[in-house]
Amino acid sequence: MNKDLLLFEKSRPGRRTLRLGELDVPAARLDALPAGSLRETPPKLPEIGELELVRHFVRLSKKNVSIADSFYPLGSCTMKYNPLLNESAAAIEGFRDIHPLQDPGRLQGALAIMKRLEETLAAITGLEAVTLHPAAGAQGELAALLVAHKHFARMGQSQRTKVLIPDSAHGTNPASASLAGLTALEVKSGPDGLVDLADLESKLGADTAVFMITNPSTLGLFETNIARISELVHAAGGLVYMDGANMNAIMGIARPVDFGVDMMHLNLHKTFSTPHGGGGPGAGPICVTAELEPYLPAPRIVENDSGLHLDYDIPHSIGMLRGFAGNFGVLLRAYCYLRRLGAEGIQRVAENAVLNANYLRVKLRDAYHVPFDSICMHEFVCNNRNQREQGVHTLDIAKRLIDMGHHPMTIYFPLVVNEAMMIEPTETEAKETLDAFIEDMLQVAREAEENPERLHAAPCTTPVGRLDEGRAVREPILRYNFSD
Amino acid sequence: MPFIQNTPDDQREMLAAVGVKSLDELFEGIPAELRLKGPLAVAAGISEDSLWKELKQLASWNSSGAGGSFLGAGMYRHYYPQVVDALQGRQEFVTAYTPYQPEAGQGTLTAFFEFQTMIAELCGLEVANASMYDGCSAAAEAVIMAANLTRKRRRVVVSRGVHPHTRRTLKTYLEWTGLECIEVPLGEDGKTKWADLVDADCCALLVQSPNTLGVIEDTSAAAKLARDAGAISIQSVYPISLGLLKSPGEAGFDIAVGEGQSLGIPTACGGPSFGLFATKQSFVRKMPGRIVGQTEDSQGRRGFALTFQTREQHIRRAKATSNICTNNALMALRGAIYLAAAGAEGLREVASHSLAKAQYAAVEIESLGGFSLRHTSDACFNEFVVDCPVPAAEVNRAIDAAGMIGGFEIGRWYPELGPKALLLAFTELSSRDQIHSLLRAMDSCKSRIPVG
Repeated sequence: MNKDLLLFEKSRPGRRTLRLGELDVPAARLDALPAGSLRETPPKLPEIGELELVRHFVRLSKKNVSIADSFYPLGSCTMKYNPLLNESAAAIEGFRDIHPLQDPGRLQGALAIMKRLEETLAAITGLEAVTLHPAAGAQGELAALLVAHKHFARMGQSQRTKVLIPDSAHGTNPASASLAGLTALEVKSGPDGLVDLADLESKLGADTAVFMITNPSTLGLFETNIARISELVHAAGGLVYMDGANMNAIMGIARPVDFGVDMMHLNLHKTFSTPHGGGGPGAGPICVTAELEPYLPAPRIVENDSGLHLDYDIPHSIGMLRGFAGNFGVLLRAYCYLRRLGAEGIQRVAENAVLNANYLRVKLRDAYHVPFDSICMHEFVCNNRNQREQGVHTLDIAKRLIDMGHHPMTIYFPLVVNEAMMIEPTETEAKETLDAFIEDMLQVAREAEENPERLHAAPCTTPVGRLDEGRAVREPILRYNFSD
Repeated sequence: MPFIQNTPDDQREMLAAVGVKSLDELFEGIPAELRLKGPLAVAAGISEDSLWKELKQLASWNSSGAGGSFLGAGMYRHYYPQVVDALQGRQEFVTAYTPYQPEAGQGTLTAFFEFQTMIAELCGLEVANASMYDGCSAAAEAVIMAANLTRKRRRVVVSRGVHPHTRRTLKTYLEWTGLECIEVPLGEDGKTKWADLVDADCCALLVQSPNTLGVIEDTSAAAKLARDAGAISIQSVYPISLGLLKSPGEAGFDIAVGEGQSLGIPTACGGPSFGLFATKQSFVRKMPGRIVGQTEDSQGRRGFALTFQTREQHIRRAKATSNICTNNALMALRGAIYLAAAGAEGLREVASHSLAKAQYAAVEIESLGGFSLRHTSDACFNEFVVDCPVPAAEVNRAIDAAGMIGGFEIGRWYPELGPKALLLAFTELSSRDQIHSLLRAMDSCKSRIPVG
């Protein structure tokens, strides 16, 4: 039997997994419903027995590379170990089966967890006010930019519409600016990979709303001029936003508030160990100064005589960005993680993340070109300059690594480095894992010299080889075609 | 230290390789004046067993309504088979990243392709994306997509029956777009009274059915209003109801969005869940979110990859169709497993049991005397508004005292319904016994009616 059939191809009329017990009240009176409100054609959902369903998804799971089975040095994504206790915690009935609109008196445990998490994130960033509402980092960025936009409108400074963003930034930064009704303006990186101060200064002015900075940057470098940058932005009347995607490198070592940062987001699914889930769910809390707190999204967690509750009525709030308070299941996992670490553990995370990254950098820099070869933070960027002559591209190196049992690094990002490879090992990896990766990377470099064909042909151990992604755009097939 | 494997020996060896003397030296790039001087103001870490104890205690401060729950208002407690937890919980799914390297993510990608197919089928539309954050943000993104599709039109017409969190989210997303959002009131029958606001300046019409009061809207008429005016029609759905009720596609809608929580996802205090998003094939290039497409490798083997990425923020940056990056993939996987476990028959069964419970409860509630349904249960699916003889909060306290979770005091969202209006939801999990416990609790409130 072909093991690669889709659910729809395995479907057989009459089979199913979910069958309810006998109805203990009279059957539904469908004829009582308004005329024309019933469905005419049933959806073509698969009809699958339980064993086939189990096999289908177990087999699919084996076609994934995950942190649980492989080294996953995906730069900028902080693929650290996701503690299993946190999964068990989210399955506790008193957390799993609670409704966000319940009487707050019956939600005190959940609200306490959210409140404590807010306090911990406030301590880590040094910023006073925290909201856990945004569903992901990009929504956190949007929330913060809406906060800024509203703040300036209220201050009578509606002319502040420009968001200055370094060219090395994540694509979500400019996309969020547009969605917040602001205009993104690019700031150049200098030859050292840091923000070009002269270029920044030339672009700051009365129309500056926000300067968004990822620190450490996507090149894995700490912006040594960050305090000066904040001064310049503040002098121009703007706000400093820090993209906290790379907070893993500095938490417990330095606080963004001391850099002059006014607002920032954190990615709980990066720094705070909640699983990536194949692309979410995440959570993107934002932390802001007391001055900006009134604008934070609703609801806020507030305390009164009867305990904690959710206040949906916040007069100057930007409003809601999603339903209810936030991704509680994700927040709970982050809370568990931070409880395990405590103040000292948080600092150890940053130290070991940076140590692991630097260890890889020095071991790989002879074989691979490292354009900014100084002590890095939690990640570093190299590229294929030494392999290019053999016709070997970054993509080939990445695909060959899959055959060697590693998930590839982030490739072709940041855009400021040609054919970039961005490597972030995280603190949770053991030295012998790093050593094995180094050995394999060096072998790939040798193969690039001796047998580049092998790289072009990779991967060959995966369920499918390199896919024709162009075809997926030219001849889009976005769903199963039942007439096949 | 938890989760860190480097031993002091490892650290020494690695520091030597890097050429620095201490961990501290690694951070010399951070100007000294910016470094934290003391420890963080965070409590010391605790062991796993201590944390587990603490969690159990915190969970005990919450009530999960083991005696039954009649609270819906946007999130519903349905049964999901145990295979959903077991399969979604596999670490290979849980701990993978977005499948940007398709060869290393065929599991997630194949499941997304199946998810897209099932969501499109469920909605009666051609295509679906691989999920949004939740139902509220999906609706907001749908309206922005509609505005992009219709260019110069500036008015968004939204039914007041749309969930208030969706309406508030929409307002936030539209704040600076220059689009005007007009809310259309509900009539005495609980259905939207569209009037003549859907005209040549209208870019989008947004309706929810069943609406927040539980009333089934005349969706075909709403879709036709939009079509006749050249506007994009959007229906927000309760996916379980689509086991029985007319799909957005059958009613003629251009876009369907909805809160996916009812498809195998626990309520978990409001998230995570996922937002579903389906539309016509011709609109794909304007659709937000990740989309998976089928393609082949060089040997002609079928495979799946993220496609139409040029719409997305990591390529298009400021001009992207949305800023969405991480979405709610793992919850979409739960939805896919749930829908595959149910099939069309199972889904129909869940929907009709939920309806049967609501219809049974409606008759019994009206026979209590003193309680009446605001709209006839024949107009509703599994949820309806009850006018109580005493404030709804009092009724809820009586239900709580009986070990159950009561309904939603809907006057908080719809002041026009008054403080005595209670929104009650029923699903296949509402047993006859639980319904009778609910009835007893409600009945006990009648004695509290102030005399004179």
